[in-house]
Amino acid sequence: MKVEKMTMPIYMDYSSTTPVDPRVAEKMIPFITEDFGNPASRSHPYGWTAEKAVETARKEVAKLVNADPREIVWTSGATESNNLAIKGAGNFYSTKGKHIVTLATEHKAVIDAVREMERLGFTTTFLQPEPDGLVDIEKFKAALRPDTVLASVMMVNNEIGVIQDITAIGNICREQNIIFHVDAAQATGKVEIDLEKLPVDLMSFSAHKTYGPKGIGALYVRRKPRIRIEAQIHGGGQERGMRSGTLATHQIVGMGEAFRIAREEMGEENARIKKMQHRLYEGLTEIDETYVNGDLEKRVPHNLNISFNYVEGESLVMAIKGIAVSSGSACTSASLEPSYVLRSLGRSDEMAHSSIRFSIGRFTKEEDIDYTIQLLKDKIGRLRELSPLWEMFQDGVDIDKVEWAAH
Amino acid sequence: MIYLDNNATTALHPAVLKEMLPFLTVQQGNPASNHTFGRNAHTAIEEAREKVAASVNAHPSQVIFTSSGTESNNTIINGIAKAYPDSHFGFSSIEHPCISEPIKSLANQGFKVSEIPVDSNGIFNVSNISSETKQSLSFLSVMMANNETGVIQNIAEIADWARENNIQFHTDAVQALGKINVDFEALNVDALTISSHKIYGPQGVAALVVNNKIDVVPFIKGGGQEKGLRSGTENLAGIIGFGKACERAAGNAVIFNEKIKPLQAHLEKHLASMGAVVFGDQTERLPNTSFFAFPRLDGVTLLTALDKKGFAIASGSACSSNSNEPSHVLLAMGIDKDLAQGAIRVSMGVDVTMEQIKEFIVVLKSEVERLKQLAAMAA
Repeated sequence: MKVEKMTMPIYMDYSSTTPVDPRVAEKMIPFITEDFGNPASRSHPYGWTAEKAVETARKEVAKLVNADPREIVWTSGATESNNLAIKGAGNFYSTKGKHIVTLATEHKAVIDAVREMERLGFTTTFLQPEPDGLVDIEKFKAALRPDTVLASVMMVNNEIGVIQDITAIGNICREQNIIFHVDAAQATGKVEIDLEKLPVDLMSFSAHKTYGPKGIGALYVRRKPRIRIEAQIHGGGQERGMRSGTLATHQIVGMGEAFRIAREEMGEENARIKKMQHRLYEGLTEIDETYVNGDLEKRVPHNLNISFNYVEGESLVMAIKGIAVSSGSACTSASLEPSYVLRSLGRSDEMAHSSIRFSIGRFTKEEDIDYTIQLLKDKIGRLRELSPLWEMFQDGVDIDKVEWAAH
Repeated sequence: MIYLDNNATTALHPAVLKEMLPFLTVQQGNPASNHTFGRNAHTAIEEAREKVAASVNAHPSQVIFTSSGTESNNTIINGIAKAYPDSHFGFSSIEHPCISEPIKSLANQGFKVSEIPVDSNGIFNVSNISSETKQSLSFLSVMMANNETGVIQNIAEIADWARENNIQFHTDAVQALGKINVDFEALNVDALTISSHKIYGPQGVAALVVNNKIDVVPFIKGGGQEKGLRSGTENLAGIIGFGKACERAAGNAVIFNEKIKPLQAHLEKHLASMGAVVFGDQTERLPNTSFFAFPRLDGVTLLTALDKKGFAIASGSACSSNSNEPSHVLLAMGIDKDLAQGAIRVSMGVDVTMEQIKEFIVVLKSEVERLKQLAAMAA
């Protein structure tokens, strides 16, 4: 790779991906050097060592979410986990009904997998959350039908960081005998997850959102009561037939170590990050006409999503090159479509466009926060100086009532 | 311990590790992100894609990254089934389960499916396709080199026949790449699967190479990575490692042909003198693979004995090393079930030496003698 000599921006995009923790990398390296065996090889120590490492990692992943290791199925990432959960459970239980309920603010991987089920003859409900990003439990209840077979609700939203009431939603699903899937890609290490208590049947995890490597994830599949899924990838029969393919030992080891660190350090770490989130919030809301997207309380400490009114979104992104942030989910950030998550909360196109997701984490420093606040204050001030809309707003003109002349 | 199970997985090459390390230890963005971190990650992936494409003489736009050879094979089969609902799927009886299982699962969905036999050398011949199957066959998958026997198929010839008959043709070249020449363009196949961990790259990354003449409906959906054909945040370090491993594949193929092939010949000369049957030895095979059995000698027992003496080998496919069933590949070749039960596989790596093979032969001879005596005493 060509290394460009330049100062890198400050990384404030932890919800897109996190750096691999050095301790994780260190743990992975032996498994790409001397201990390189295929965990499916049963006839020699190379295979045994790899298998043992895979099972140790499985225990670590299970431990973070208080599950049984046998409930953890390795995948290549949360996208595959979401696809496997929705297609796998939807198809397996389709004789019970063919209706799926999910949220309009889910990650693309859930939305597209649910859309795929429509092509297989399922009907779907994409529930709109409240303007604070949270699901109204009564509305969720009302969306369920006698033929509802599966519900999928994310624990933590990737764009606005709000935490759904998984217990309440899961209890309703339990009462009505509906399989409940939760995308927890953005939740591990940020909120407590106790699958012994949570009424959840299937849960998706990703390593690279929790300081592990990219390209590895897992799906939790409940054993008691046993949840069945139809395999999507067929072959050598790894992962008890639920997901074939040679296991990526070093990746799995990395995920195990990342989840171990998360379990041991999340208490202290989240308190620290929460303080920085507060500092960032206090600083940025000193700027006029700023709107936080999503509930501020039921939210992970790592996320702050703010719309800056009277600033054009693209120019804002261009102006703050000194920090690496997202103006929407990373997976769709190449498109200029306003974020569908923010639109679902009732934000206007303009407000969605001028939103910035600041996501902070393990290696964020207080001075990064201060730099960001100062940068935003400067740049937004300058952009607004150039903005006729801002001028009109300051003159007291209600811009929504202005009738623009057609050209 | 001498590792002779390279068809199961290979040791990562130090040059590959070196290339990967920065992508594990330095902050890297999500390749889909629009900032510097993301763009650098994206550029690195595209450079790796060029290397992967070059290793099989394909265009970078034809390369889709996946998480394993298994996923690549499932992607093409599922993708074809969804794009062409009237498909009739054919596969050779020696395919890896990651071809045969997804195709068999399509049979449950009402697709027409045909398993096509091979001859006693494990060779696939178009003439073995029944005329009834020929009438409606629309997709065919035949592996380039078999993982157990190492038998190499004449893929170009099968592909030509497939093209003439309007049949979409896929080959699983996972075991072929890095051992023999794999040329996507010259083979004229529609799709081809390759995998990183069989060519001294990391586990957890592979590719499906597809020409743009066929439609493939995406298998894993979401963020729309890989031009929408395979969603999910890219396995960045893995892809970088795969690219580097692919860069080394052609050089390795030369070494296999020049240096390893004579070792294989030496080993098999001794196997013959010891009374072993080498499967598929009447036909062209990979230069590193010897799949053999001693009549009336149990494979697992021999394997365990060799392991104790410091040689890591296998009884066949790693995926099926859990079961005691005889190899489906050997049964498809018409090998007697009892003999098949005794099969063990030596698959050499690129840096195995003549001394190691000589050492192996000495140990094998004494272990075979010892076990035969034990068997005679028990009888």
